[in-house]
Amino acid sequence: MKLEAKELSFRYQKGSRQILNHFSMTLESGERLGFAAPSGFGKTTLCKILAGYEKPDSGQVLIDGVPVQDIKGYCPVQLIWQHPELSVNPRWRMRQVLEEGGPVPERIMDGLGIERDWLNRYPSELSGGELQRFCIARALGEKTRFLLADEITTMLDLITQSQIWHFLLEEIEKREIGLLVVSHSGPLLDQICTRKVEMDQWT
Amino acid sequence: MNQRKKTIFWLAASALFLLAVAFLGYLWRDEALVTDFSRKNLAPCLKYPFGTDFMGRDMFVRTVTGLSLSIRLGVLTAAASAIFAGVMGIGAAVLGKAADSAITFLIDLVMGIPHILLLVLISYACGKGFWGVAVGITLTHWTSLARLIRGEVMQLKSSQYIQIAAKLGQSRLQIAGKHMLPHILPQFFTGLILLFPHAILHEASITFLGFGLSPEQPAIGVILSESMRYLAMGRWWLAAFPGALLMICVLLFRVLGESVCRLIDPGSVHE
Repeated sequence: MKLEAKELSFRYQKGSRQILNHFSMTLESGERLGFAAPSGFGKTTLCKILAGYEKPDSGQVLIDGVPVQDIKGYCPVQLIWQHPELSVNPRWRMRQVLEEGGPVPERIMDGLGIERDWLNRYPSELSGGELQRFCIARALGEKTRFLLADEITTMLDLITQSQIWHFLLEEIEKREIGLLVVSHSGPLLDQICTRKVEMDQWT
Repeated sequence: MNQRKKTIFWLAASALFLLAVAFLGYLWRDEALVTDFSRKNLAPCLKYPFGTDFMGRDMFVRTVTGLSLSIRLGVLTAAASAIFAGVMGIGAAVLGKAADSAITFLIDLVMGIPHILLLVLISYACGKGFWGVAVGITLTHWTSLARLIRGEVMQLKSSQYIQIAAKLGQSRLQIAGKHMLPHILPQFFTGLILLFPHAILHEASITFLGFGLSPEQPAIGVILSESMRYLAMGRWWLAAFPGALLMICVLLFRVLGESVCRLIDPGSVHE
């Protein structure tokens, strides 16, 4: 499968700064693409457009030729957000949060180090790092074909970071999921990605 | 006993008390009208704990009957206006820009007219009495709650976890039921409970002004306004006991509401 961005342009309000200007890229299944850019370059905005959360002013996002906005039901492009505490309903127990996109196999829970005891808790009773594991597990539903990771391990310590990335890379390889990683950290991208897009190439 | 059990205890106790008052008052509705001049102007005693008035009516029975009427009227109008507020608030938030401006305009319009004036007009137009008061209170008290719910739904709509839910394949109906409802319900209950004392007090005031319930009915507003005349003669019990019982009922409604909110709120599970 192929995720394609064609000539995307975007700005938040008329007259405000042009965040994306005729930006194009492609991401193939099984490929791992890294984005490194300083703050304020529109990395998160790009992720939101690619996952269908925002509509570009012009241009298209296509999954094997089908516009991403036209897909009903479970979206094959899943975005993992930077702030896990905003990504879960504070009034739900974690079990319900985890299974919102369908049942999650034991293998994924073990791989991400989700303890069974956490499932009966509310989000306010877990730390940001613990919540992020749930968000990652939730985004790895059966029908996910592309995963967009927007600074997903920034809040974690190094050991946990490596645990999560090891699992994610293994899982993605096995299921031939295309991965797009956004990070400030150059060395992290060097480790993970098969291809990198530099900031000066993409506005 | 932990905090949660205590909350459940208070919830049950206050609900039981209010139900008892409502039921007893309904049972005694004929007795409350009985006049007997052989026992007029009695001070509180064992047989007549709240005393009797100038027509020899048993004030305890009259007070409970009045409160029962007030509770029934209060529950009915508070529930009706809260539901109306919910429909309008959610409608404004989800039905698009035109519906939003129309409903916001209506809210401003109703809020712009003094409460009691609009209440008198509507009650009078509906033929006064129980239904006049009920319709009047319902149509004047929904606005602030509707505004609150509109804001809440709009905020929820743009929240991250609800956008994520849509991408995880949840339908709009599922999102409304499973994500939004649990957030709105506590607001809804708080609004409903805050409406209750308003409803009772407004019922009392328009009854006092002569546009509400008829004067021979044992309503708490009628009892209180009648007792004012005897206060100067030293018959304090005619105002004090019914007033205190009214206050207890209003406070118990508050306890009831707070307990429900507490039990729904996830932060309180381990208290």
